Amino acid sequence: MPTYTVTVNGKSQTVDASEDTPMLWVLRDHLNMVGTKFGCGIAQCGACTIHLDGNAVRSCQLTIAQVSDKEITTIEGLSEDGSHPVQQAWKEVDVPQCGYCQAGQMMTASAFLNKNANPDETDIKNAMHGNICRCGSYNRIYKAVAIAADKMNS
Amino acid sequence: MSTPITFSRRNFIRTSSIASGGLLIGFNLLQSCKPKVVAEPEIDLASLDYQDFNAFIKIADNGAVTIFSPNPEIGQGVKTSMPMIIAEELDVAWDMVHVEQGVLDTKNYTRQLAGGSQSIRTGWDALRKTGATAKQMLVNAAAARWGVDASECSVSEGIITNAAGAQLGYGELVAEAAAMEVPEDVVLKEPKDYKIIGTDVGNVDIDKITSGKPLFGMDYKAEGMVYASVLRPPAFGQELVSFDASEAKAIPGVIDVITIGDKARSYLEKGGNWTVRLSTSDKVVVLANSTWEAFKGKKAIKATWTAATPLESTELHDKKLLELLDGNKFQTLRSDGNVKKAFAQADEVLERTYESPFLPHNCMEPMNFYADITDDKIHLVGPIQTPEFAAIAVADLLERDVEDIHLEMTRMGGGFGRRLYSDFVLEASEISDKIKKPVKMVSSREDDMTTGVYRPAIKYRIAAAVKGGKITGYHLKEAAINGNMYGLIPNFFPAGAIENYQVDAANYQSNITVGAWRAPYTNFLAFAEQSFFDELAEMISVDPIQLRLDLLQNVKGTTDERIQYSAERMEDVIKLAVEKSDWGNKPEGTYQGFVSYYCHNTHVAEVADVVIENGQPVVKKVTCAVDCGILVNRLGALNQIEGGVVDGTGHAMYGDFAFNDGKPEAQNFDRYRLIRMKEAPLVETHFVKNTIAPTGLGEPTLPPAGGAIANAIKAATGNRLQNQPFSKYPELLRAPKKEIIG
Repeated sequence: MPTYTVTVNGKSQTVDASEDTPMLWVLRDHLNMVGTKFGCGIAQCGACTIHLDGNAVRSCQLTIAQVSDKEITTIEGLSEDGSHPVQQAWKEVDVPQCGYCQAGQMMTASAFLNKNANPDETDIKNAMHGNICRCGSYNRIYKAVAIAADKMNS
Repeated sequence: MSTPITFSRRNFIRTSSIASGGLLIGFNLLQSCKPKVVAEPEIDLASLDYQDFNAFIKIADNGAVTIFSPNPEIGQGVKTSMPMIIAEELDVAWDMVHVEQGVLDTKNYTRQLAGGSQSIRTGWDALRKTGATAKQMLVNAAAARWGVDASECSVSEGIITNAAGAQLGYGELVAEAAAMEVPEDVVLKEPKDYKIIGTDVGNVDIDKITSGKPLFGMDYKAEGMVYASVLRPPAFGQELVSFDASEAKAIPGVIDVITIGDKARSYLEKGGNWTVRLSTSDKVVVLANSTWEAFKGKKAIKATWTAATPLESTELHDKKLLELLDGNKFQTLRSDGNVKKAFAQADEVLERTYESPFLPHNCMEPMNFYADITDDKIHLVGPIQTPEFAAIAVADLLERDVEDIHLEMTRMGGGFGRRLYSDFVLEASEISDKIKKPVKMVSSREDDMTTGVYRPAIKYRIAAAVKGGKITGYHLKEAAINGNMYGLIPNFFPAGAIENYQVDAANYQSNITVGAWRAPYTNFLAFAEQSFFDELAEMISVDPIQLRLDLLQNVKGTTDERIQYSAERMEDVIKLAVEKSDWGNKPEGTYQGFVSYYCHNTHVAEVADVVIENGQPVVKKVTCAVDCGILVNRLGALNQIEGGVVDGTGHAMYGDFAFNDGKPEAQNFDRYRLIRMKEAPLVETHFVKNTIAPTGLGEPTLPPAGGAIANAIKAATGNRLQNQPFSKYPELLRAPKKEIIG
């Protein structure tokens, strides 16, 4: 089985895995970082969203062979102490119900806000459209993204 | 180590010593939830064996309190709200409380179950008494030390103060409290004195959720564990004939390919229990070093299947259910007066038929479970709403003693009723028992969606008889796949409000597995009846809300114990919803629809606001008025209410699940549409304030949403929706031409 070196949350890690292994499973099963969640496996739900060089991507569709020297950030690396504005906003609003989709929601939101610091309602709803919350916590996710935007601007 | 003593209606356990040499005291309380309370002197918290002492309040010598939450957490918020109730009566500051999930412990708890929105309602008394009893023992210990009467002491946030002003903290008293008699009767707080109940308390797992810490069954790992992916029959009715695993076995990381099914079949022959939904077919199991390798291996299996029973389709179901509605093979579930006579004598009759598809649960966390079966013990870990019944099922499946089972519940990535059923626990257990290794069974999304336990497809036919402008008869007929309505549902509104009233149910027996789905039995019924009431109001030229209020007058003072909804509480939510939604006073272009409903012991009224955008009706807002009695956690309650409305909206609009040749057409979220942020209405909630014992909120706001939206869409477009999902009828989701609006 081939060996790959990947950089996750600033740390270089070596993984033995077949080349078609999605990063989702590399993170969860090989590197024991289970914050990134498995939802659908076909890039429809957004639960597995991570950052690849700062862009939100679905880790279920990103194979380890495609990563090469690109930087990966996961929910575990969003901040060291839970202080990222998105994390703060999620706590302030108390967004989660079951909580399973929230890591993906937060990774989508944080990548989006890095690119659009002053989003309006439509911008936020478009950005979050790819992330399903089965519990229906959308009112709160929306509110938290808006609050996080304010925090990132202040 | 512990000596159970019968004590009034309580079981009392006193533990004089534990392994680490400390002194513990515990007692079990009452029927629905019986936590031990443990005062814990000078013990290193980490040294305790949590598996031995799982169901209790622990108080450390520094005053820190650990509360074990007994019931499974599926996102309904009980891991936060149940400990809040204990902490309130214990009278400690919430920020001194640490919450942990209790494990399955049938000796110390009952009803460790997530379902029916019942955790708070049935736990309310026992949780309060647990906290209050512990508080009283600490007060008695303080009084004894001071040589004063306990009645001279007061408590606030874990500090006891006597008449002379001396103070002692809980942490200083734990050893003495442990030696106190357990008081038989304790005084509970008055709602006006609540400091925690009714406040906004955040989710106790919020830090873990927002930083990606392991919490869910999917996240659980153990030494030596292998991953298992299970190939089940692709169509309902099929069974395995043969398979070729040579390609699968050649995949790097695949350890072995085996079959299971013998134990399941023997167990099913013995009857199973109500949580068991299992195929009688053999299943092919791929064991691998990782989830991905197990999934890959499963795809590489070449299997041959045979139809052991006929493969069914939605076309067949539609035909069969309509035949049932037209026929006379009904079971009458409630009958008042003489419906036949009322219809024969009616001036006018309204009859409508409402249709709904199957629905999959689609929990975001696919089904999974960890099992480690050895000759000595059975260790099970994972997401299950019915841990007690799952444990019994596993014991029976493996012909083992249920006492051998240690079951830990993880936080669940959604439940919605799917995790009431233990098929995945049984599969994991049969695999581990066969390979004698710890195993984690993981379903893919496709496995989850196509081998589910679905909300049955249901059709209703409702008829009303009107004479002299009054509703004199009401006849509701249900036809459902494998049955739906039962229990007290036939006694919901308008039962008791109409003199001649009848509810009949019939079912078509299918090989497709069905079961409870969030707000079971009413999630579609509410839409059908509440749409019907609006149409009935239109026919007899009465305001639709007035129609409901008029009917409610007939229920006041009823002595019928089957009727559990309250006309007065229903009036309160109706009035509140009318006021807060600005009913009837909306600017031109906003169309409203109304529903009032009672289910799961909670009264709800909802008003949907619909506008026309790009020629189509769009749900902008839903205003909810809710009477759930005392609010335990306002922040959590609002979340449940919002989620219920959004879920109800999404499935009414988009939820469609058809079968062809025994197979679901949709296998994943590319073909199954779930509501997304853009489509979710803004939910605004208002509570009826009272001091009645609290009821649950996990389900009650879901059933009314579809009806409120349909009634608003009728106002906006003139079109009456009778079938779900609405998105299947684009011709009805169009704004009328200008001249029709007039």
